Amino acid sequence: MTASVLSVRDMVVSFDEFVALDHVSIDVAAGESFGIVGESGSGKSTLLRAVAGLNAFSAGTLRINGQSYSGRSRSKDFYRTVQMVFQDPYGSLHPRQTVDRLLLEPLAIHGFDNVDQRIMRALDEVGLGSGFRFRYSHQLSGGQRQRVAIARALILEPKVLLLDEPTSALDASIQAEILNLLEQARKDRGLTFVMVSHDLGVISHMCERLAVMKSGKVVETVSADALESRDFSADYTRQLMTASEGFRRV
Amino acid sequence: MTSAMSDRLLTVEDLRVSFPTRTGVIEAVRGVSFTLGRERLGIVGESGSGKSQTGRAIMGLTPKHARITAKTLNFAGRDLLEISDKERREIRGKRIGMVLQDPKYSLNPVMPIGRQIIETLKTHERVSTSEAKARTLTMLEAVQIRDPERVFSLYPHEVSGGMGQRVMIAMMLICGPELLIADEPTSALDVTVQLEVLGILDKLVAERGMGLIFVSHDLRLVSSFCDRVLVMYAGRVVEELPSADLSKAQHPYTQGLLNCLPTIGADRHPLPVLDRKKEWAL
Repeated sequence: MTASVLSVRDMVVSFDEFVALDHVSIDVAAGESFGIVGESGSGKSTLLRAVAGLNAFSAGTLRINGQSYSGRSRSKDFYRTVQMVFQDPYGSLHPRQTVDRLLLEPLAIHGFDNVDQRIMRALDEVGLGSGFRFRYSHQLSGGQRQRVAIARALILEPKVLLLDEPTSALDASIQAEILNLLEQARKDRGLTFVMVSHDLGVISHMCERLAVMKSGKVVETVSADALESRDFSADYTRQLMTASEGFRRV
Repeated sequence: MTSAMSDRLLTVEDLRVSFPTRTGVIEAVRGVSFTLGRERLGIVGESGSGKSQTGRAIMGLTPKHARITAKTLNFAGRDLLEISDKERREIRGKRIGMVLQDPKYSLNPVMPIGRQIIETLKTHERVSTSEAKARTLTMLEAVQIRDPERVFSLYPHEVSGGMGQRVMIAMMLICGPELLIADEPTSALDVTVQLEVLGILDKLVAERGMGLIFVSHDLRLVSSFCDRVLVMYAGRVVEELPSADLSKAQHPYTQGLLNCLPTIGADRHPLPVLDRKKEWAL
């Protein structure tokens, strides 16, 4: 197996008394797409947020690209390597900034040159075109907003993309478009994905391996192929699997 | 067919709902027609297709500034567009119930669960407090709440989403309505809880012989739950078909919706996407 680009060992996150992550370990290889599934409160989003430095973790280690990080402190370099896309495209874009301004900010922070070309290219890549450059986010649909959020993440040319339910706020047909876009970007840039979703169908479509989480713990890590052939051991994975097959009258 | 005709609960013909705005009139529902007997009807569509506004118009919950017109909007022999507000209130909650998406917002946060259910019952029936309490507890049991006495005195924030939605179902069914409108009743719940809640809803609807209108964005879910499905696009019904014949759907929009979902075991990269045609929205 290739060297892991992201390695989490025995991570613990607690909010007062409540332990949201209880000694969680995952390893993601370079170029891999790794999925995390579980129901609400299982700690799947907390794990991503702790990796991104949005939540502090109190114990365990986090290594990304050979660098160690702790607590909430992240270097500027970290954000060149790791970017995140959030669930709600209505909440993750600044309402009073144009798309141009939104995309310019990360470039300015990290001192990129050729900002004009970069913004144009980023918009092209997510299929929006220059016509959207000077619009505000409230003038865009949910799917278009999520495209802008993806452009903002990709514009820094990161190696790892953290995706927190990137399509669960979108209609099914728009979801397909965004998933295709993400897959294309991964293929073109050799990105590593860590994707959180409650939808086993989406995860098995996008990811090669996945971790199943429940009440702050990783219950099981299986490959997507094993999921297909139902080669898993945890009861909870089976429950999720049944649920994803839809309602059946008994 | 004749038995279904005599049993007809609801007739909707050419229903239109429009909202005047500063930038012009937005037509949310543009001529929807269907009839409903004591059966399970699914209404499917994406956001903005008018599926929720159709349900709301039947329930009488359309905002005051909106315009509703219909050739017929008939519920059990009453014209829903003609009746007074008072008659409306007698029907709403008593003969037509509605379950909304998120129990967090549809339950009263400052009133214990038991009292909310009793309030519904006492609004529509003259019953003593002790009888109302007994019926509420039975109803809570019917939605498979294990410890009804305890849940009776809890506030909505003290129960989980799945439990909240069961409470909502209990509250809507306690007066024994003839028609239940469920608007995305399980979309806010976890996948594992969804099936439980659907199972409870399914059993109660079947036992009590109610009509059900199930509004959802999830075509597969609706088809596994309902007898018949209406597919809506841009305010119109583009296709109506029995759930069993979903795979034989004719309209490209329905086919597209079915195809674009990622499923376990189907290796399709990239996923097929919907190619929206202008003429669908005509």
